[in-house]
Amino acid sequence: MSIALEVKDLHVSVEDQQILKGVNITINQGEVHALMGPNGSGKSTLAYTLAGHPFYEPTAGEVIFGGEDLLDLDADERSRAGMFLAFQYPVAIPGVTVANFLRQSINARRKAEDADDKGITIPDFRRLLKAKMAEFNVDQKFAGRYLNDGFSGGEKKRAEILQMAVLEPKMAIMDETDSGLDIDALKIVSDGANRLKESLNLGMLVITHYQRLLNYIKPDYVHVMLDGRIVESGGPELALELEAKGYDWVREKHSQAEAA
Amino acid sequence: MFTKEAVEKLSAHLGEPDWMLQKRLEAFALWEGMNLPTTSEEAWRRTSLRRFKLDKITPSLNGGGSQEMPSRVSSQLTETPAGGEIVQVDGDTLSYSISDELKEQGVIYCDMSTAVNEHPELVQKYFMTDAVTADEGFFAALHGAFWRGGSFLYVPKNVQMAAPVHTSTWNASGATFSHTLVVIEQGAEAVFSDEFGSETGKGQFMHNGAVELIVGDNASLTYVSIQEFGDNMFQFTHERGRVGRDGKLDWIMSIMGTGLMKAFQTMELDQPGGWGRMSGLFFGDKRQHFDLDTQQNHNAPNTVSDLLYKGAMKHQARSVWQGMIKAKKEAQKTDGFQANRNLLLESSARADSIPGLEIEADDVACTHASTVGKVDEEELFYLMSRGIPRELALRIIVQGFFDPIMQRIPFEGVQQRIAEQVIEKVGSLVE
Repeated sequence: MSIALEVKDLHVSVEDQQILKGVNITINQGEVHALMGPNGSGKSTLAYTLAGHPFYEPTAGEVIFGGEDLLDLDADERSRAGMFLAFQYPVAIPGVTVANFLRQSINARRKAEDADDKGITIPDFRRLLKAKMAEFNVDQKFAGRYLNDGFSGGEKKRAEILQMAVLEPKMAIMDETDSGLDIDALKIVSDGANRLKESLNLGMLVITHYQRLLNYIKPDYVHVMLDGRIVESGGPELALELEAKGYDWVREKHSQAEAA
Repeated sequence: MFTKEAVEKLSAHLGEPDWMLQKRLEAFALWEGMNLPTTSEEAWRRTSLRRFKLDKITPSLNGGGSQEMPSRVSSQLTETPAGGEIVQVDGDTLSYSISDELKEQGVIYCDMSTAVNEHPELVQKYFMTDAVTADEGFFAALHGAFWRGGSFLYVPKNVQMAAPVHTSTWNASGATFSHTLVVIEQGAEAVFSDEFGSETGKGQFMHNGAVELIVGDNASLTYVSIQEFGDNMFQFTHERGRVGRDGKLDWIMSIMGTGLMKAFQTMELDQPGGWGRMSGLFFGDKRQHFDLDTQQNHNAPNTVSDLLYKGAMKHQARSVWQGMIKAKKEAQKTDGFQANRNLLLESSARADSIPGLEIEADDVACTHASTVGKVDEEELFYLMSRGIPRELALRIIVQGFFDPIMQRIPFEGVQQRIAEQVIEKVGSLVE
């Protein structure tokens, strides 16, 4: 069954400062939405809030996903419900190998479904990981490395795609996935994301500053965020317009709107 | 009580030769002139013994040999069968084995009292003469007078020991004074694991041990010590390794138990080309107090020492690590490194980390690093964002923190056992 992520009138504060001031967006499974906007407009706040980072405090609104309000769930429960945040800056966990981490993630899901579950067997897990690594162009040596520890920018982003491939979410938020990537790495990572979109019928919220990424991950819808609200929505042509004209016209239009 | 008569009685009970009795009495005479350390002494500044009642603890004369060992203590910790195993309770040997292969190699592995009687020339040469000596302090002297039990390993020249040996020391009554003496002759190689444990009992227990590791020229020793005493244990140990020319000492320890422990651990790199690594893992909870005093002494040129101690503390537990790298004037081209990393799981826990350098040579590379930090919320969030519940995420982070030390433990069985202890200690946190 296809499900949607519905963000309704979401207000979020960080340390008593209002960052999101009423965000509305609905993403169906299988759709790609791009979220653009200048620095400080609230894009990453939305990403972290949806993933359940405790630092971000929702003060009003709701986020319905599969019939539940995500805001009532902890970050781990949201993940198990099918949400995935691909981090802009994946966190290094020294001493924990990629393989161990992924096995624990899989087992946490199984355990949540069935408290008596004994977890995936080591041979089954090895087979699964090996297949996913081959499919998503990740070096097999990755499995034994400490998670994101000493990874290059490209390796970190590829590791995020690998995690997504293993965890099979329904909805993915890609937070500036293109940052810190050269063109070759960008192609590999986008290709991975596109394939996952097809195979999992993934819904995606692609947060980016640049049109460049959207040449590789093609959005169905483009939204512009300004000062904590989504102020413009349109098709892929909106991204091209922003690329050509910058954000100033959006700012002008909406400051006038506010003034009027 | 700790009297001269008690020393004589112990020595007679063990059927010791006169030279050992005399050695004990010398240590006893030294001890009589010493006082229980107080916090006014630099080495004891952060560890108070005011709760410790030495007069309530008696030296064990007859052992408690009837006690049953918990199965985990005597269980096989190495995947390949040990070449030799000694299990002791309160200084008495409960079981002992050595493989024919090791015997044929000329390896001597036996309990310390047997060594005194059967290999006096070796014991006289090495026992508390050069590594740990009775004049080092109150507890070294007390140990010299009342030591009992422990094991002796001797590997002759150019022998690569065919299999590791494993000693388990169990404390069932008031006090144990185990003595580990390892002598690796020139060009020889050995792996030794030394395990210490007790159930938490009533009243105060004491372990007053000594560890002496003598590594000859071109020789190599891996020494793994695993400590899991009960919470009513007070532990005081003096431990010292000496490394000869181009020798290697890889010294790894896990510390989980005791209510209070104070250890003096010293690596002496006596000859050019010596290499010594000290790796420590400790995890305190409740009101445990660990005080680790380490020294890396570069006494010759071209020597390398590398120390990494990692500790996690929760509840009201406290750790102290005070480390010193010394390089003598002649110890040019030495490379000394020390790092102490501490992870506080709760703000009520405490870790003091005090690195130190005393460098007399001018051409050396000596560095230190010490950190005390909390569990990183961003790491927790990252793991949780992949579906891992908070408590499990915390456990994964703590296990990851210890992983660099775990990787240095040459036995999978020991790694697993320590991993289980870590999991148990992380437990659930009040937050």
